[in-house]
Amino acid sequence: MVMSENAAGLLSIGVLVAALALIHAPLGDYIARVVTARSHSRVERALYRAGGVHPDAEQSPRAYALSVLGFAAAGIAVLMALQIGQGLLPLDRDLPGVPFWMAFNTAVSFVTNTNWQPYAGESTMGFAVQMTGLAVQNFVSAAVGIAVAIALIRGFTRERHGSLGNFWVDVVRITVRVLLPLAFLAALVLLAGGVVQTFTDTAFTGLSGHRQVLTGGPVASQEAIKQLGTNGGGFFNANSAHPFENPTGFTNLFQIFLLLLIPVALTRTLGSLLGDRRHGYAVLGAMTILWAVSLAVTTWAEVAGHSQVARAAGAAMEGKEARFGEWVSALFAVGTTGTSTGAVNASHDSLTPAGGGAVLVNMMLGEIAPGGVGSGVYGILIMAILTVFVAGLMVGRTPELLGKKIGARQMTYVALYLLATPVLVLTGTAAAIARDSTLDALGNPGGHGFSEVLYAYASAANNNGSAFGGLTVTSDFFQITLAGAMLLGRLIPIVLVLLLAGSLARQGRVPSTAGTLPTHTPLFAGMLVGVIVIMTGLTYVPALALGPIAEALA
Amino acid sequence: MTSSTIIDLIRQTAAGLRLLLALTVVLGVLYPVAVWALAQPLGDRAAGQPLREDGRIVGSRLLGQQFDGDRWFQGRPSANAYDSLASGPSNLGPSNLDLLTAIAERRTDVAAREGVDPARVPADALTASGSGLDPHISADYARLQAPRVARENDLPLSLVEQFIAANTDHRPLGFLGEDGVNVVALNLDVDRARPATHPVDDGGD
Repeated sequence: MVMSENAAGLLSIGVLVAALALIHAPLGDYIARVVTARSHSRVERALYRAGGVHPDAEQSPRAYALSVLGFAAAGIAVLMALQIGQGLLPLDRDLPGVPFWMAFNTAVSFVTNTNWQPYAGESTMGFAVQMTGLAVQNFVSAAVGIAVAIALIRGFTRERHGSLGNFWVDVVRITVRVLLPLAFLAALVLLAGGVVQTFTDTAFTGLSGHRQVLTGGPVASQEAIKQLGTNGGGFFNANSAHPFENPTGFTNLFQIFLLLLIPVALTRTLGSLLGDRRHGYAVLGAMTILWAVSLAVTTWAEVAGHSQVARAAGAAMEGKEARFGEWVSALFAVGTTGTSTGAVNASHDSLTPAGGGAVLVNMMLGEIAPGGVGSGVYGILIMAILTVFVAGLMVGRTPELLGKKIGARQMTYVALYLLATPVLVLTGTAAAIARDSTLDALGNPGGHGFSEVLYAYASAANNNGSAFGGLTVTSDFFQITLAGAMLLGRLIPIVLVLLLAGSLARQGRVPSTAGTLPTHTPLFAGMLVGVIVIMTGLTYVPALALGPIAEALA
Repeated sequence: MTSSTIIDLIRQTAAGLRLLLALTVVLGVLYPVAVWALAQPLGDRAAGQPLREDGRIVGSRLLGQQFDGDRWFQGRPSANAYDSLASGPSNLGPSNLDLLTAIAERRTDVAAREGVDPARVPADALTASGSGLDPHISADYARLQAPRVARENDLPLSLVEQFIAANTDHRPLGFLGEDGVNVVALNLDVDRARPATHPVDDGGD
C-alpha cells in the first residue's frame, strides 16, 4: 500500500522529533563533559602550540571578548585572501579571483556563521577555496557560537569569579572533540545517500545534444558541517535543492536532523552544567512551542497551496523539487530559519505569503526555535532574563535568574542586545528602500519586492543566510551594508553576552526563597514564549504589514 | 578604544591567525581528503551517478537535462534551461503576474502537445523546480506523455509504461519525500529501445 502524502509528511515529522529526543541527551551531556574536562589531548596541545596560546590560563570577560574579535579578524583576512587569490591555488577550476566587495561580503558571512551568499558556488569558487576557506569557517564559526554560550552558562555557575574560561581552549575542544567527529560520521551517511565527493568536473554531451557539466567537488564533507554547524552555505547556488547536495528524501530528512541536532542538544548541556536538567527542559519547551506553531502555519499554507500561483498550478510546487514535495520542504524551511542555518531545499521567495511570512518571522524572533549553535542558547537566556525582569516588575521584587540578581547593569546589557539586531534590520531595510536603484534590484513587484529587502536584512543581521533570492545583491551598496549587518549582528550581541556573563560570574549566589520565581516550570516556559512573541510583535509588525501581511490579504 | 586594547586585539588576532592556519590543515585538507578516500569504494555513487552509453557519459541520474523534440519525455520547467553551472530557482513570488502568465501558457502548450484536456496537466509540469536541475517528474506527468513518446519512437505503449515503472524512484523507506519518475534514465531506456531503422529526428534546431 502506498502511504498518502499527509501520512508520510506527519510520519517524517514524528521520526525527526523522535530521533532528536533520543540523541540530544547523550550528545548534550557529552558536550558538557568536553567543556569542563581538565586534560588536553595531543592534537589539542599541538594546536595550542601553533597558536602560541596557554591553554591553562583563564580569561577575563574582556580578554575572552578580544579573543573572539581577534579570531574573527583573522578569519576574515584569511578568507578574503583565499578568494581574491584563488588563481594561485590548486583545484581552482580555472576560475578568476573573486571581486573585492563580494570577497569581503562572503568572508564576513562565513566568519559570522551567516553564510549569506552573493555568489553562485559552481561558477565562482574553486574547490580549494570551498574546502580550505569556506568549510573551515563552517567549523570554527560554529565553535565560536558554542564557546560564547558556554561562557554565559559559566557566568551563572561561577561565584565571585573574575574569569569565564579560555576562548581558545573552548573553540579547539568543541571543534576537535564535537564538530569534527560528528561531521565525519554525517559525511559518511551523506555519501551513502548519494551526495558527491570528487575533485573533478566532467563535461559531456547529453542525450538531446546539449552540453552539460557533471559538477564535482568535496560536497559531502562540506554538506555535513554546513548543517551541523547551522551554517547553511551551499556548495552550489541551489543549496540543498541541488540533487548533488541533497539527492533523496532520506538525505533531506537527515539534513534537517543535522541542522537541529546541536541546537537542541545544547539545551541539555545547559541543564547539565547548571546541575538541574529541568532548566534545559523549560528552555527546550519554549523553543519547541515556537517551532511547532511556525511549522503548523508554514505546512498548512504550503500543503493547502494558499497563493494565487499555487491555485493556478494546482499545487505550491514553484521552487520546490519533485522528490521532496510540499511537506518536507516546509519542514526544512522552518528548521533552517528557526536555527541560524539558512540552507534551503526550496525557493523561499516562491513560498506562499503565509509560509514565507512565517519563516521571516522565525528569523525576527531572534532565531531561538531552537536557534543557531550556541546563539540559540544565549539568545533564549537573554529572553529568560527579560522574562524574569517583566515578572519582577509585576510583583515589585528584584528579579533573579538561576541564583543571580538581575540589576541595572545586567538589564542594560540585555536591553542593548535586544535593540542591536532590530536596529540593523529596520535601518538597513529603510536605507535600501529609500534608494531609487533598489527598484531595479527587486525580483518581484509590489509588497513581495519589499519583503525581499526586509528578508535580506533580517537574514543578515540575525546571521541566518537564507534569502528571498530574487533580490539582486551584487551592487556595492548591498554587499557592504549587508556585510555590516552580518558583522554587527554577530559581534555586538556576543560582546554584550560576554560582559553580561562577567557581571554574573562576579556575583555571589542569592538563596532561593518562597518569593523566587521558579524558572524550570511549564508556567515559566509559557511566560517566556509570551515575552518573545510580544517583543517581536512590537518590533516588527509595522514592517511585516508592508510586506507579507499586505500580500496575504491581497 | 585605549591603546592597550588595540595592542591586545592585535596580539589576539595574531594568535587567531596561527591557530586558524593549523586548524586549516586538519579541517580543510585532512578531513575532506579522508572523506574522499572513503568514497572511493562507492564508485559512481559518490561521483554524481553518471549514465553511460557506449562508454561515453551521456548524463547524470541526478541532473535533469533539456530535451528537444517530441520523441523525448519532457522534464519540469527550469529557470536556467538545465545549466548545471547556474543552478537555482525562478524566485518568482506567490502572486507574480509574469509567473501566472507563464503557468497559463505552459498549461495550454502541454495540453496541446499531449492532446489532452488542459485541466489534466499536473502541477509539476507547470512550475519550475528549486534547483533548475530536477531530474524527476510526477507519475501523472510521465503517464500523460507516454502515448506521444510511444508514437514518436515506434514503440508499443505497454513497453514505454514498463520503462516508466522501472525508472520510478520510490521514496526511501516508503515515507521520506515523494516518488518521482527519473526523466533522464527513462529517456535513456527509450532511446536504447528505439528501432534502429527509425529516422533520427532530433527535433528542435
